[in-house]
Amino acid sequence: MKPSFYERIGETVYREKLPNGLQICVLPKPEFAKSYAFFATRYGGMDTRFCLNGKWLDTPAGIAHYLEHKMFDTKEGNALQKLAQNGAEPNAFTSNAMTGYYFDSTRNFEENLAILLSFVSVPYFTEESVAKEQGIISQEIRMIEDDPDWQLYTRMLKALYQNSTARTPVAGSIESIKEITVQTLYDCHKAFYTPSNMILTVVGPVDPIHVVDIARRILPLDGGPVIARDYGTEPEEVAQKRTSIAVEVSTPQFLRGFKCRPAEEGEAYLRRQMIGEMACDILMGDSSPLYLRLYGEGRVNGSFGSAFEMMPGVAYLYAGGDCKEPEAVSDAIMEEAARLEREGIEEAYYQRVRRACLGSALRGLNSFENMAVTLTEGYFHGFDAFRFLQLFDSITKEDVAGFLKESIVEERSALSLVVPKA
Amino acid sequence: MKTSRTQIADGVYLTYLPTRKFKTGLLSAQFVTPLRKETASAYALLPAVLRRGTVCYPDMGLLSAELDRLYGAQISYTVRKKGESQCMGFVASFIDESFVPGGERLLEPVASLLGELICEPVTRSGRFLPAYVEGERENLVDAIRGIRNDKRDYADLRLLQEMCTGERYGISRLGDEQSARKLSVAKLYAGYTELISSARLELFYCGSAAMERVEQALLEALSALPRERVREIFPPEKHPARKTPREVTETLDVTQGKLGMGFSCGSDDATGLLLGNTIFGGSSNSKLFLNVREKLSLCYYASSVYHRSKGLITVSSGIEFEDVEQARDEILTQLKMVQEGRLEDWELEGARSTLLNSYTTLGDSQARLENFYLGQLATASEQTPEDQAAELREATLEQVLAAMNTVSLDTVYFLKGNEVTE
Repeated sequence: MKPSFYERIGETVYREKLPNGLQICVLPKPEFAKSYAFFATRYGGMDTRFCLNGKWLDTPAGIAHYLEHKMFDTKEGNALQKLAQNGAEPNAFTSNAMTGYYFDSTRNFEENLAILLSFVSVPYFTEESVAKEQGIISQEIRMIEDDPDWQLYTRMLKALYQNSTARTPVAGSIESIKEITVQTLYDCHKAFYTPSNMILTVVGPVDPIHVVDIARRILPLDGGPVIARDYGTEPEEVAQKRTSIAVEVSTPQFLRGFKCRPAEEGEAYLRRQMIGEMACDILMGDSSPLYLRLYGEGRVNGSFGSAFEMMPGVAYLYAGGDCKEPEAVSDAIMEEAARLEREGIEEAYYQRVRRACLGSALRGLNSFENMAVTLTEGYFHGFDAFRFLQLFDSITKEDVAGFLKESIVEERSALSLVVPKA
Repeated sequence: MKTSRTQIADGVYLTYLPTRKFKTGLLSAQFVTPLRKETASAYALLPAVLRRGTVCYPDMGLLSAELDRLYGAQISYTVRKKGESQCMGFVASFIDESFVPGGERLLEPVASLLGELICEPVTRSGRFLPAYVEGERENLVDAIRGIRNDKRDYADLRLLQEMCTGERYGISRLGDEQSARKLSVAKLYAGYTELISSARLELFYCGSAAMERVEQALLEALSALPRERVREIFPPEKHPARKTPREVTETLDVTQGKLGMGFSCGSDDATGLLLGNTIFGGSSNSKLFLNVREKLSLCYYASSVYHRSKGLITVSSGIEFEDVEQARDEILTQLKMVQEGRLEDWELEGARSTLLNSYTTLGDSQARLENFYLGQLATASEQTPEDQAAELREATLEQVLAAMNTVSLDTVYFLKGNEVTE
C-alpha cells in the first residue's frame, strides 16, 4: 500500500486499488478511540435511468433509498442489529449521487468491517420484507414532507431543472415507491453495488494492511461492468422562475437558486467547488457587506446562509433563510452581485475571506465522517480531495469575480418560497 | 497533560481538556444560572446582544473582520438547558497553532475577544444600544415561534411542557414569547449586570496549549469580570409522578401525527434506568425500533430518551393519525416487556455496549466533551465519563429491572392534523 503524506494538513492516506476495481483509502488515527468505516457506491436518488446488459431500465423514484433500507436484511437476520450487538453504531444515507453505509466502533473493528462489507455486497430480499418497508418509508416521506426546509429545497431544484434527475426527491414519493419490486431491487444492486463502482474509506486507529485483507477476503472477484446512466438533457434555462407553497410555519422562508454551468470531472471539479464556495462567502457570507447590512436592518437573521452544490451534470448556488420580506432580500442579493461586478472585489476583503476559508477547511478535518465523504466524492469525480490547499493557492480574485458574473444573473435564477398558512 | 478543573477566580472554574488530536482548539465560557420563567427570555437574549459588538469592535462587521483575520476563528453564542439550569455564553473554535502560517498565536487574541464580549459590550448612557436589543429581541421571538416549524422538536418540547407544568424543567431554554416581547433595553442591562456578577462561570478549553498558558490568557481576558455573591448550583428537583396519566391533544396542519409519551421514574438508579431505557427505545436495536418500526411498520421513528438529571423517560414517534391507539398500546407493551425482563440474551449486553461506545468516543469530539462537562457541572454532578462507564460495566440485569419497574406513564401528548370532512 502506498502512503501519501499531506504535510500542510498533517494527514496520511494509504491507498490501494484491488484487482476487482475497489478503491480503498485508510487514514490511520492512532490517538482516537473510535474507528470509522464508510463503504459507498456511486449510486443515488438521481440514477433512475440506466443501461444494464444492453437494455435501458427506468426505475421508480426513490429506489436507491429503498434499496439502502433493504440492504440491512440478510439471510440470517438484520445487519443493523448484528453490528449493534457487536458494539458498533451503524447507519446509512442516500444522497442524489451516492449511497453510503457506515459504522463507528471502539472494539471488534475488523469483525464489524467484515459484516459491513458482506451485507452491502450480498443482497437478500423477500416479497414480504420489501412490502413491509413501504410502511416505514411512507412515514419517512410524510415526515420530510412536513419539513419546511425540505419543501423549500426540493421545490427550488424542481424550479431550476427541467429534465435533470436532480429534480427527483431522493426518497421518491408515496406513489412511486409502490412500484418497487423485489426484481427491480436486485437489478439495481447488480448494476451499482459492484466493487469497481465503490470505495471503502476507513479512519481511525487501524492497520491499513488488515483493512485491505478483509476487503480481499469478503468482496467478489468480479469488478462488474461500467453502467451508462441517463440524467436527462438539461437546457441552460430554468424550469420555473418562482414557486411558492403555504405550510404550517411561523415566518416565511425563501431560497433563491442559481443554475450554474456544470464542472468538468477531475481537479477542475474540486477547483470549481472551491470557487463556488468562495463566491458565496464573498457575496453574502457572515462577514460580507451584504449580510452585515441586511442583518443590521433586521431583514435577515442567523438562519440566512448560502451554499454551492454539485452533482453529475448539475451545479447550483443557493441562498436564503427565514425572512419576512423574501422578495426584497432576494433582490438585494442581485444588487450586491451587480455592485461587485461594477466596483470589483476589494483586495483586502478578498484576502481576509480567503484566510477565513482556510480555517474552515481545516476545521472540517476534525470529523471522520466529513473526511470519508469528501475523499469518496473526490474519488467519484476523479480528484484527490486532500489537495485542496494546493488548489486553493491557485484560485484568484478574478476566478471568483468571473464565477459571480456568470452565475448570479436573473436568467439563471429561481425563487422558492414557503409561506405561513393563512 | 491531564484533564483538570481548577477554580481560577471567585466562582470561575476552568475545565482543561488537553489533546493534540484536533485541527482546532475550543474555548468556551458559560454562565450557569437557575432556569426561571421570569428570567429565561432575558438571559436567552443576552448573549445574542453581547455578540453584536464590544467597545473595541462595536459592530458585527468589525468583529467578523477580526475573526477572519484570526484564520476564520468562530465565536458563537449559545443558550442551553441542562437539567433545571440555563447556560448562556460563547463557544470559540480556532485552528490549532501548528497549522498557522508563521507560527502566529491565536489562543490569546481569541480569549481576549471572548473576554471583551462578556465584560465590555458596546453601550450608550450605560445601556446596550437600542438597535441591537430590538433586532435581537425580534430574532428571539422568531426563534421561539419557529420551534413549531420542526414538528418533531415541537412535539418533544410540548410534551415536556405539559408533563412538567409548574416545574422549572418544563421551561424552554429560550423562555416564552410573551416575556421575550416585553424585554426592555433598561431591564436587559440590569439583568446583564446581575448575571455576570452573580452566576457561576464555567470555562472550558480543549486543545494543545499548556494549562498555564490557557489560565493566564483567560485570567487576563476576564480581569474586568465583576464578582459578588456567586450563587450555588442545585440539581433538578424530582418530578412528582401523576397517579392518572394526563392526556393532551393538539391540532396543527400537519400530514404526520406525533405521539409523545412521558414517564416518571421512581428509582434514583441512573445507571439502571439508562440501560433500561436503551433497551426500551434508546438505540436502533431497541424494542421500540424493532417492534413499533420494524415489525409493525407503524412509523419511521419511535425512540425514547432518559433525562438523567430529572429522572424522566420520554418517547417520541411519528405516525399516521389513525394509528395512535395501536402505537400507544404497542409502546406500553414494549415497556412492560422490559419491566418483566422478557429480553433476548443480547439485549442487555447490546445496550451496555452502545452506551460504553458513546462514553469511550466522547474524547473524539471537542463539542461533545464540552457539552458533557457543562451538563455535569450545571446539574451539580461530579461524575466523569470514566465514572459513568465504570458503573455501566458493573450494572446487573436485576438492577435494571428493579429500576425500570418504577417507571410509570405520566403524560401523553398527541399532535394531529386538521380533521378532513369528506
